[in-house]
Order: sequence, then C-alpha cells, then structure tokens
Amino acid sequence: MIPVLLILIPLLTGLAAFFFKNDKNVRLWSLGVSLFTLGVSIMGLSLKDGAGPLAFHGEWMQTLGSSFSVKLDGMGQLLCLLNAIAYPLVILATWNSSYKKANNFFALMLLAQAGMMGVFLATDALLFYFFWELALIPMYFLCSQWGGEKRIAVTFKFFIYTFIGSLLMLIGILYIYSHTPDHSFSIESFYNAVLSRKEQHTVFWLIFIAFAIKMPIFPLHTWQPDTYEQSPTATTMILSGVMVKMGLFGMLRWLFPVVPFASFQWGDFITSAALIGVIYASLIAIKQNDLKRLIAYSSIAHIGLMCAAAFTQNISGLQGLMIQMFNHGINIIGLWIVVELIERQFGTRKISELGGLAQKAPVLAVLLVIVALANIALPLTNAFPGEFLMFNGIFSSKTNYYLWFTIMAGIGIILGAVYTLNMIRKVFYGTTNELTNTAMDIKWNEKLALGIIVAIIFLFGIYPQFLLNSTVAVTDTIIDKFEMLNNTLPKQ
Amino acid sequence: MNALLLSAILGVVMMFSGILLKSKAAVRNLAIAGLCVLLLANMLEMCGIIFFNIDTKGMIVFDNFSLLFNSIAFVSTLLYLLLSARDMEKVGVNYAEYFALIFFILCGITLTSSFKSLLILFLGIEIISIPLYILTGSDKKNLKSNEASLKDFLLGAFSTGLMLMGIAFIYGAMGTFSTVSIGAFTASKPSALLIAGMLLLLFSMSFKASVAPFHFWTPDVYDGAPTVFTSFMATIVKAAVFIAFIRLFDDAFGFQQKQWQLFIAILTVATLFIGNITAVFQQSVKRMLAYSSIAQAGFMMLSLYAMNADAKEGLLLYTAAYSFATIGIFAVLIKMKDYTFDGFNGFAKHQPLLAATTTIFLLSLAGIPLTAGFLSKFYMLKAVMAEDKNLWLVIFAVLMAAVSVYYYFRVIQAMYFKEGDAQPMEVTPAFKWTLVVLAALVILLGIFPDLLLTWFYF
Repeated sequence: MIPVLLILIPLLTGLAAFFFKNDKNVRLWSLGVSLFTLGVSIMGLSLKDGAGPLAFHGEWMQTLGSSFSVKLDGMGQLLCLLNAIAYPLVILATWNSSYKKANNFFALMLLAQAGMMGVFLATDALLFYFFWELALIPMYFLCSQWGGEKRIAVTFKFFIYTFIGSLLMLIGILYIYSHTPDHSFSIESFYNAVLSRKEQHTVFWLIFIAFAIKMPIFPLHTWQPDTYEQSPTATTMILSGVMVKMGLFGMLRWLFPVVPFASFQWGDFITSAALIGVIYASLIAIKQNDLKRLIAYSSIAHIGLMCAAAFTQNISGLQGLMIQMFNHGINIIGLWIVVELIERQFGTRKISELGGLAQKAPVLAVLLVIVALANIALPLTNAFPGEFLMFNGIFSSKTNYYLWFTIMAGIGIILGAVYTLNMIRKVFYGTTNELTNTAMDIKWNEKLALGIIVAIIFLFGIYPQFLLNSTVAVTDTIIDKFEMLNNTLPKQ
Repeated sequence: MNALLLSAILGVVMMFSGILLKSKAAVRNLAIAGLCVLLLANMLEMCGIIFFNIDTKGMIVFDNFSLLFNSIAFVSTLLYLLLSARDMEKVGVNYAEYFALIFFILCGITLTSSFKSLLILFLGIEIISIPLYILTGSDKKNLKSNEASLKDFLLGAFSTGLMLMGIAFIYGAMGTFSTVSIGAFTASKPSALLIAGMLLLLFSMSFKASVAPFHFWTPDVYDGAPTVFTSFMATIVKAAVFIAFIRLFDDAFGFQQKQWQLFIAILTVATLFIGNITAVFQQSVKRMLAYSSIAQAGFMMLSLYAMNADAKEGLLLYTAAYSFATIGIFAVLIKMKDYTFDGFNGFAKHQPLLAATTTIFLLSLAGIPLTAGFLSKFYMLKAVMAEDKNLWLVIFAVLMAAVSVYYYFRVIQAMYFKEGDAQPMEVTPAFKWTLVVLAALVILLGIFPDLLLTWFYF
C-alpha cells in the first residue's frame, strides 16, 4: 500500500489545493501534506526490501496488457525519499516568495511530485510512461506561468524537446512490448523480452534519447540552462534536484536490463559525449556571471559524470551513481536555496554586483560554504562516497579507454572546484558594495531548511552505509541481467 | 436498423416542426429529445432489441463495429447539440431545417457504418454530402460561406463521380456489388479493372476524408462554413467517413492488403506532413483546427495501414476522442468574436472554467497521457508496430505528433500566459456543465478505455 499512498497523497492533495482561496492556507496545506508524504516515505524505508506493503498490483487496461503495478525497491526508496524530502525543504525555503495565484502554483507542484513518485515506483512500462509525462505537464505550466521574462519560449523549447524524447521512448516501449513472450507491459516481461542484437540497437536509441534529453547530457542539454534560469526558483529546485534523476533512474530500471548488449556496445560513445559535456559545462560555468546559470551548468557537469558512471556497468560505478543521485539532489537544492535568498534580497543574481556577504550574513555564508564544499565532493560530505565510487567504477570499467575517461572526469572535478570556490569568493568575501551593505542575515525558516540540508550532508558523508545498503540489491539485479542476458543472447 | 429508420423519420419530423412549432427553443428541445430517442434505440439494438426487422439481402449488416460507432456518433452529436444548438440561431432563419439536415446526415452515417454493398456505401456518402453542401452555404449573405459551399459541391460532385466510376469498374470485374463477395475473391492476380476500381475508390474516399493530396478543399470549406457547422463537419462526419473507409477496405480489399498498403503509407505520410506543417503557420484558430483535422486524419490513416483488430478497435476510440475534443474546442470558439490566436489572450483570467476544459481538449488532441487522445494515438501506433517492419512510419508519425504540440499549445499559451483583454461572452451554466462533462469523458476514456471498447466485444 505504501507506494500507492506515495502517489495518491500528493495527487489528491494537489487537486484539492486548486480550490484554496487563501495564500497562507495553501502554503500550510502543501507543507503539511508534503511532510505527511515524507513520513510515509520514511515508513517505507523502515520496511525490508520485498516486504508485502511495498508492492501493489491492480487491474487496469487489461485489454492492452497493462496493469497498475507499483513497487518500492531500494533504488526507488532512495529517490522517493529524495522527492519527499525535497518538497518540505523547497516550500520552507521559499516561504517568503510570493506567487500570483499561489493555490495553482502549489497544486501544480504537488501534482508534479505525484508524477515523479509514479516514475520511481512504476513496474509497468505503460504506467511508467504515463507518469513520465504527468510529471512534465505541471512543470510546463509552472515554468511558463511563474517564470522570468522569456519564460514562454524557453519553457516551450523544454517541453517540445522532452516530448519528442518521450514519444520516441513510447515507440521503444511498444517495440519491446511486441517482442515480449506474453504481450504484456509488466517489467518482468520486459526483462524477458527476446531481442536480437540488431533490434537491441534500435530499441536502445529510441529509449535512450528520452533519458538523454531529460538528464540532460551533451549535446542535448541546450534546453536546460535557459529553463533553469527562467523558471521560478522553487520549480528549478525540483527540476534539477529531483526531476533530472528520472533520466538516470529510467536508464537503470528500463534500459540496461532490457537491452544490455546495446547498452554495453554504445557505452564508450555515450560516456565520451557525457564527459565532453562535463568539461564543456564546467568551462562555461567558470565564465558565468549569473548565479542561476552557473549552477545550471554545474548541474550538467554533475549529471554528465553520473551518466558516465552508469555506463561503467560495474558494481562500484552503479552504486556510486545511485547514492550520488540522492546526494546531488540534496546539495543542488541547497545551492538553489542560497540563490533564491540572494535574489530575493538584492533583486539581482549577477556575481559582479555582489560581494562581501559573509560580513553581513555570517550564518548564510557558513551554510553555503558547507553546501558548496559538498558540491565539489570534499571528504566527510555526502557527495564524497558517491563520487569516489563512481571514479572507481570508471577506472575499473571494462572499456579500453578507461584511462582517458578517468582523466576527463578528473579534469571535470577540478574545474568544478574552480567555479564553485570562485563563486564563494566573489559573492561572500571581498569588500561590500552599496547593494550588499544593506544585507540582512537569513530568517529562521531559511536557516531551518539549509540546516536540514547541512545535517543530511554530514550524516551521509560520515555514515554512507545506510545508502549503500539500500541500493546493493538493485545493483546486483542489474549486474546479473548484464551477465545473464549477455550470455543467452541470440546471435545475429 | 433502429437507428437507420428512426433517424430518417426524425429528419422528416424536424422538417415539419419548423411549421408547427413557433418557438425556437421548442424546436431545439425536440431535436435534442429526438436524438436521445435515437441514441436509446441504437443502444437497445446493441442489447439485441430490434424494432424493425427488414431483410436487406445482406446489403446492410449492423454488427458490433457499426453499432458502436453509431453510438459514438450519436453521443457526439448530442453533446454537440447541447453545446452549440443555440448558436445555430445566429446563422440564418431556417432554424428547424438545420436540425432536419443534421438528422439526415446521421441517417447517412448509419449507412456508411453498416454497408456490405458498394451501392449502400455510395448512398450513405451521398446522403451525408448533400445536406453538408447546404449547411456549408447556410450563411446565405456571407460570400465566404457561399464560396465554401460551391467549392465543396463542385469538388464533392467530382469525387462522387470518381467513386461511381470505381464502383462500376469493380462491378465489371467481379459482377457483384457485395463487399463480402469481392473480399472472398482469392485469385492470385486481380484483374486490372479491379485494381483500377479499387484505386478510384481509394481516391474518392481519401477526398471525402480530406487525406492529402486530396485535402485542398478542406481548409477553405471548414473556414468558410458557419463555425457551428464546421464543428459538425470536422468531427462526426469525418469520423463516419473513416469508418466507411476502413470497413470498405477491410471487407472488400483485405486480401490484397500488400497491394495498396504502400499507397496508404504514402498518403499517410503526406497527410501527416501537410496537415501538421501547415497548421503551424496559421493565424486563425479556426483554420488551425481545419489543418489539425487533416493532421488527425493522417493518424487515423494508420489504422487503415495496419488493418488488424487493434486498428479497428483503435479507430473507434480515435473517432470518439477526436470528436469529443474537437467539438469542445469549437463550442468555445463559436462564442468568441476574434478567431485569431491573440483573441485567446488572457482568456483564463476571464473564463477559468472554459479555459481549463479547453486545455484538456487541446491536450487530448496533442496526445498527452491520461486523455483519450493519447490512448487513441497509442492504439494506432501499437497496431502499426504489430507489423514489424514499419518502424519508420511510426517514427514519422510521432515526430509529426510532436509538431502538433506546437500549434495546440499556442492556444494554451495565449489563454494562460499572455496578457490580454478576453472578449466578453455569454455562457449559460448549462453550457459550462456540458463542457465539464465532455472534458470528464475525455479524461475517463483516457484512463479507462475499456469502458468504451468492451462494447466492441459484447
């Protein structure tokens, strides 16, 4: 029942939120229900993988061979937890931002949460596709309605991009479906689908494009910086913190186990693209003057590294990726919160116009520095174990180019440190100017949100074992599929 | 059979109601009541209760497919009348006659959905077309309406000629009008006469269904006709033609699928391409919807291409999804004074409910999940995918579907994200509630398509 609750709570409460009249009430309402969702999600954590309440199967669209089946496994648990933690944090941190028609804003946010939960939980391909799109539609409205000046065109680009991707994925899903032994969309049938090598290549690209756009990896990333910049920051937090993980998650759940051969074959190619993206995005980030764009490019860099780790297809790489998906989500939300605070206070995001904030807002500065250090994966922060494992994975992967890949990833990390530290230096240290002279320190709710993030950073930095434990079973299944299906593949 | 006779009788009744009933409201209510009776009679036939038992010598067979489509057409017409019947008053003075013509068209629709003989097909198509010529030109003082009517008539007559010639050729080749006997023909090599006849039928049906490259009349006629009637023409009539199309090719030419499949594929690609790309450049929502109807026809053509169980099932769902959504959008559009995209600017602020329902209809047309439009497109893709080698056709279709998002979302953008003074409009609460019901239907079919499709197998 837990997975159903995780979807239904945000869905129903989101629909209800449309009817609120009062601004304040709807905030309280969404904070309350998102805390409730968090509670349910933590309850799900306390149960063992494979326990009864963690799965649900209902009849739905039988004539099509589809059903409403959802399951909460280790990887899903982490991402649902991320999704559930993100919402209270976002609502808390943006408590003082005002939105026109706040009821619609929060309703759409909650609906997006329901969609993302569904993506992480579905064990039926058609259901997965439904939720995949459902998460997108509220985002489209959120960004176009409450975003910056160029929001309409930018969001439209984002929508068309992802829509093309998802339609191609739909064809891929149908293709696999027509090759399943029992003509069903369930994940088991998909894992048992018999596809020749040639067919695997077709399916791989049909589906991978959708995930590549969503993540996004180079060269399909062009929608991302604009969208992050133009969206309202609360939405950007969700987009970059949770939603982009849908792409990575999709690969692990729906792509690798179904077409392991093609995934392996194209690994080098995609890893190269992803790592070029890492360096490229980092270089652009160094030159950025706009805080939002800087973080947007930093996000591309991080996701590129994660994508490369996914294609290592060994235990270390995959496990590092899974825990990094969670930790990156937490860290980037922290960075966005800081940006939001700065923008709200000074009305600008230009790095050149800021400076010396540390003197005026010491608490903010300390919290930011911690989040930023986590962003560059310093030991004792939560990102360290993940990145370490991913590096290890890339270094020990089966490809001939592993050394090159490791070097490229390493350069990416160094560049990451450059732009992050540069940003801290320019914004928080140095001399104050007219604008920043008036700076005030942050309020209690913002302190609370950032404080929670910092706590999580240290908690999982010092004790990552919990994250590792919950992902080990899923990693093993994927690796098993690789070995098993590679052996039994029909030759063609 | 119930529906066939009743619709003809109701047509006559409506004709005289104009003389007997003085108030327009009474005429309208009579029409709506008549339609309810018609729907009920058809439903009863689905459950095996038949009022009239006439031996048609196998020329007309009411099977599940035709009965279910009749029901879809009647429900769509009912919703259409509930939403837009009032707006017909503005078109001209012959209020009752419009309803009479609509009932005659419905009579033709029952024929095209149930024929087993080429003659009945011809009759059905003509019974649909002739009232349509009149409805198109019903705004007598408007030059555009006259032009549209004339264009429709001339080109329509021409394509009817083609159809007759095709039927004659086929009769010459086979010595029968019965689609079943033609379909039973299994000789390895069909005669040139038969192929020529088949192609002529294909072209004339393509013309009626506005499939590219026979679509040129569509935008002008849809644009010129009074918007209330465009709504009817572009939805229910078009769906009926497609049903006839698939019925004809399934029954009569199914055995030669390989021969015409490539033809259909080319027509499909052309229709999808022209419909979608041209729609992008439109400035008027009405004209955009005309091109969108061509684009949607392209998707429906996929069912002809695949011609399997999924395709027939999917086409029924498609006609329902497409008709519901388009009728809804037109119902709102009729109330607008400015048909351009800019006319919708700021619409959501003034009419939040109408804007929300219109959004649902547009999302359905664009094929977003949880709406009927998605599942109907899904069925089409699935039907084509069942035949392994057609990946390119499917990929082309979805790319075009992505293009369609561009013009459908322009309306949404105008309604929600752009500032503007929406025009004041009079809407009754009944109108609003009917729209809500329609939107609910669209979503319901998108979540539980089985509600509709189980009737296919009852």
